[in-house]
Amino acid sequence: MRLKYVLNEVLVGLWRNVTMTIAMIITMSVSLFMLGASVLLYMQVDQMKNYYYGEIEVSIFLRPDVTAAQRTAIDQAITSNPLVANKTYETQKEAFDRFQQLWADSPDFVKSVGPNSLPESFRVKLKDPEQYKTFADQMQGLEGIQDIIDQRTLLDKVFNIFNGFQFGALGVAAFMAVAALLLVGNTIQVAAYSKRREVAVMKLVGASNWFIQAPFVLEAVVAGVIGSVIGFIVLFVGKIVLLDHKLQALTTILTPVHDSNVWLMLPLLAGVGAVVSAVTAWITLRFYLKV
Amino acid sequence: MIQLENVTKTYPKASRPSLDDVSVGIEKGEFVFFIGPSGSGKSTIIKLLLHEVTPTHGKVMVNAKDVTTLRSWKVPHFRRSIGCVFQDFRLLPNRTAYENVAFALEVIGKTKAVARRVVPEVLELVGLGGKEHRYPHELSGGEQQRVAVARAFVNRPLILLADEPTGNLDPDTSIEIMRLLDRINRTGTTVVMVTHDSNIVNQMRRRVIEIESGQIVRDQARGVYG
Repeated sequence: MRLKYVLNEVLVGLWRNVTMTIAMIITMSVSLFMLGASVLLYMQVDQMKNYYYGEIEVSIFLRPDVTAAQRTAIDQAITSNPLVANKTYETQKEAFDRFQQLWADSPDFVKSVGPNSLPESFRVKLKDPEQYKTFADQMQGLEGIQDIIDQRTLLDKVFNIFNGFQFGALGVAAFMAVAALLLVGNTIQVAAYSKRREVAVMKLVGASNWFIQAPFVLEAVVAGVIGSVIGFIVLFVGKIVLLDHKLQALTTILTPVHDSNVWLMLPLLAGVGAVVSAVTAWITLRFYLKV
Repeated sequence: MIQLENVTKTYPKASRPSLDDVSVGIEKGEFVFFIGPSGSGKSTIIKLLLHEVTPTHGKVMVNAKDVTTLRSWKVPHFRRSIGCVFQDFRLLPNRTAYENVAFALEVIGKTKAVARRVVPEVLELVGLGGKEHRYPHELSGGEQQRVAVARAFVNRPLILLADEPTGNLDPDTSIEIMRLLDRINRTGTTVVMVTHDSNIVNQMRRRVIEIESGQIVRDQARGVYG
């Protein structure tokens, strides 16, 4: 009986103030969509870091006039370095072959580069890619080295862009969340005002606080959950349209975004939407009803 | 049943206390009038008994429990043992007499079945038999106050507080409401009534406690308005 009463109050409450309810749901869904996108991006960057950092190497390019003795010294220095996991050596010939393969589509470009214009190099995989700086410092002093390049610094630039997107989305989410929370607070105030007589009587005859507050809090929770479901649908459709169709070319660089990760956003968004709405409503009531 | 011990209540920003070191005891089953001019502090007593306000100093005991130290989450349950009637009735305008009384039961967790059994009984008791399904605007002032009394009494409280219950009613109707309160008092319910209706106080000849400027100036067993 009491459950039926509470649910009925919730529906009546949402309907009585339907324009406000819609505004609340829309802002909530935009905010939660942004949150979902940001979390997905974070998971994606994390996954890509794991993937690419496992693959990256430090390239030590040798000078064109390197002597055999210098080369052996460098080789030994690398082999004996405790930071090194493994190393490969690439001759000028191998480098040129690989170059030709890589740019097979542009024969003019390949023709302009002679077999001797590419340097020979050691490709070194470190046990811990984070230790690049120490390793580079140790190698730097050796004769015959032209350049030491860490692929990681290149990747980091890419990841920084992703991180930028992620923080941007998070910022928009937070910004919209402020609007959403103010709307929740306002809606609850209006609801409480329109039921002030009932609330006064309930307080007078000793209805418990939760019983007085529950319909209002649930009203906000229902709106929050509806908003989160809409936000999730937008996120899911966006993922399919953008990644699976329009920007499919990007997926050769991006590691795939798993559907399971996207589905994970549903409980996350619903949970955040419900809890945040409930807490806001509850705090509003504490100030407004003073129960 | 009710015990005020050296109670002082000073509202924030007030220059002098509304109640100044008041001590008074009310036994179970008593019928007590609090009288005095406006602003003398008599309504503050009702608020203290309902735990709407807490005293600045002193102790308020209701039903052998110290209301002063009552935790806020226990207040709702505490209020179920007290019925309350006001000058402005405080009925819900979009509910019938029956629904107004039933609402008070349902929001404290009683089932509809209980309401169906108890509400007609109590409406009959207050003399509204046959008018259960009228809305407040279809009832006279006296009848509306009867609904309010029924709502206050339906839960069989130990104490009935009445804050100027006849303030909006004509003398004849007032007498009828007083008869009703008297009947409720005879069932063993302690009745505390705040009023400045001299006519009624003089007719009832019950205990009268007069308050002036926050202090008790008279406490008479079978008093008149004076």
